[in-house]
Amino acid sequence: MTSMKGIAASNGIAIAKAYRLEAPELSYETITVENTEQEVTRFEEALEISKQELAKIKEHAFKTLGQEKAEIFSAHLLVLSDPELIQPITDKINTDKVNAEAALDEIANMFINMFKSMDNEYMRERAADIQDVTKRIMAHLLQVTFPDPALIDEEVVIIAEDLTPSDTAQLNKQFVKGFTTDIGGRTSHSAIMARSLEIPAVVGTKQVTASIQEGDLVIVDGIDGEVIVNPTEEQVESFKQKQARFDEKKVQWAKLKNEPTVTKEGQHVELVANIGTPEDVEGVLNNGGEGVGLYRTEFLYMGKSQLPTEEEQFDAYKSVLEQMGDKPVVVRTLDIGGDKELDYLDLPEEMNPFLGYRAIRLCLERDDIFRTQLRALLRASVYGNLKIMFPMIATLDEFRQAKALLEEEKQNLSNEGVAVSDNIEVGIMVEIPSTAVMAKQFAKEVDFFSIGTNDLIQYTMAADRMNERVSYLYQPYNPAILALIHNVIEASHAEGKWTGMCGEMAGDEIAIPILLGLGLDEFSMSATSILPARTQILNLSKEEMASYKSEILSMNTAEEVVEFVKAKANL
Amino acid sequence: MVEQTLKITSEEGVHARPATILVQKAGNFNADVNLEYNGKTVNLKSIMGIMSLGIPFGATIKITAEGTDEEVALQSIVETLKKENLGE
Repeated sequence: MTSMKGIAASNGIAIAKAYRLEAPELSYETITVENTEQEVTRFEEALEISKQELAKIKEHAFKTLGQEKAEIFSAHLLVLSDPELIQPITDKINTDKVNAEAALDEIANMFINMFKSMDNEYMRERAADIQDVTKRIMAHLLQVTFPDPALIDEEVVIIAEDLTPSDTAQLNKQFVKGFTTDIGGRTSHSAIMARSLEIPAVVGTKQVTASIQEGDLVIVDGIDGEVIVNPTEEQVESFKQKQARFDEKKVQWAKLKNEPTVTKEGQHVELVANIGTPEDVEGVLNNGGEGVGLYRTEFLYMGKSQLPTEEEQFDAYKSVLEQMGDKPVVVRTLDIGGDKELDYLDLPEEMNPFLGYRAIRLCLERDDIFRTQLRALLRASVYGNLKIMFPMIATLDEFRQAKALLEEEKQNLSNEGVAVSDNIEVGIMVEIPSTAVMAKQFAKEVDFFSIGTNDLIQYTMAADRMNERVSYLYQPYNPAILALIHNVIEASHAEGKWTGMCGEMAGDEIAIPILLGLGLDEFSMSATSILPARTQILNLSKEEMASYKSEILSMNTAEEVVEFVKAKANL
Repeated sequence: MVEQTLKITSEEGVHARPATILVQKAGNFNADVNLEYNGKTVNLKSIMGIMSLGIPFGATIKITAEGTDEEVALQSIVETLKKENLGE
């Protein structure tokens, strides 16, 4: 039995055999073959098996992800029967008398390089498709297993260095009971996906791929962030009980789905969800979300070869607003640039992407892009309860400029006779310390604040959140952070405005009592965190938490804060 | 040999999805089917061939078919192009 710690990324407990999802070793030696006919047959057999596998993957993708996402595998299948790929390979085997591995590698690379050198980003990405397909054939030639999450057909726990978005998209919940990875954090892509798929996950263990063998029995405890390899029978039993208690809790949570979120003394706070696409709305409603506190619109812009059109955006916004009915939907305008790249915009590489040309800074300069989004939002506004929020605001002037563009587009639409809601609140993300400090001045002009803690923490502590060596500085409970949050909330209330928080901190059980005491009005989190948070708040007194405010704000370290809150809030 | 010239009307040009459909279609016939664009000719039964051309919106392409079933091959491919709002 070995046990290791990681970051609890998604709630629940999984007990199953290990399935290692790893890129196989695909190196080969070029050799001269005498029997070329046999070599060609060997190549054809590898092609055939690859085709069968891809057909299976395609079928799975069709069932779980829909036709559109499955289409990519149709293209992959055509690559496997492409005469322009196969003929040169068999020719090469026959004339050069080389093994199939060498012939495949050379011809496939020729195509991959050709696509890579094209001047169109979309086409360059196709090189990755050819690479995927070639790797599969190569694996079969070398007779090594090419692990594929979609092919899993028994109950397993996935062990991987990291999971890519397409890996996670192919996971079948019926068989994949949980996963654990070497790298990643609570906000990494795989963690977010695990929560939306609702499967237990522990990430960032640094060592699971090194310590777990294929077929080992593994317990993934996504509640406390622990992974146990080859547990004793007693351990299995005790974790099964823990799972049962967790399931029981979930039943309790589910009862609160349609209940309001109120504190012990009956004070209401709003629990809302963060989403990225219209498809996420279902999860929000199923988990009792009272609205959308952060709709990240970046996904509309990512994974394509050009900017989304006004119509495309309008359809997405309208869909979210309609599904949410009269519940509030806070849409964040484009937050791209820096680390989140859009190849087709051709932005220059930066030394400090987090401090660079991104979000509102980019939108104000490229107002063609910004205006299209604003128009789409304004047109959609009549279908629900829309609130618009600008990201990365550092100065009042930026907010005024953004708001002026919004007003201009509103006027343009009205001149064109297009209906626009006259009731749209306009607010800002507070993630830059200058804005948190100047909240008083901002509060006079904005309708609301939403505190983006992930960035606010990294900017306040001057610690790149992508850099693991300074990750100890990522301290949500540092009194400096709490003081900034406090300042923002107080400033908004003094002007009769409200403050929300989006970012992982808003759903954190230690942060919730503090934030409640500081007077936060709206908590926006992953949809699956809403019911646990509601349960917690029902048992908390806002008044009591508020009475600890000055004590907490004058503490010296984050550890002191955590210890204090744990004691006061029974955690 | 039969041939027909068309104009690409899909805003995205000939991307993976339409290319997939065209190649699947062409694969149903015995005739050699080629596509000519910008001075280059590729085998329409080759997904990579088609994709490598990066055919954009507004491009003029020529499709040729040669073989026993050339007439029906060309007709069916042109129909597919139109049906998918790819070209006219």
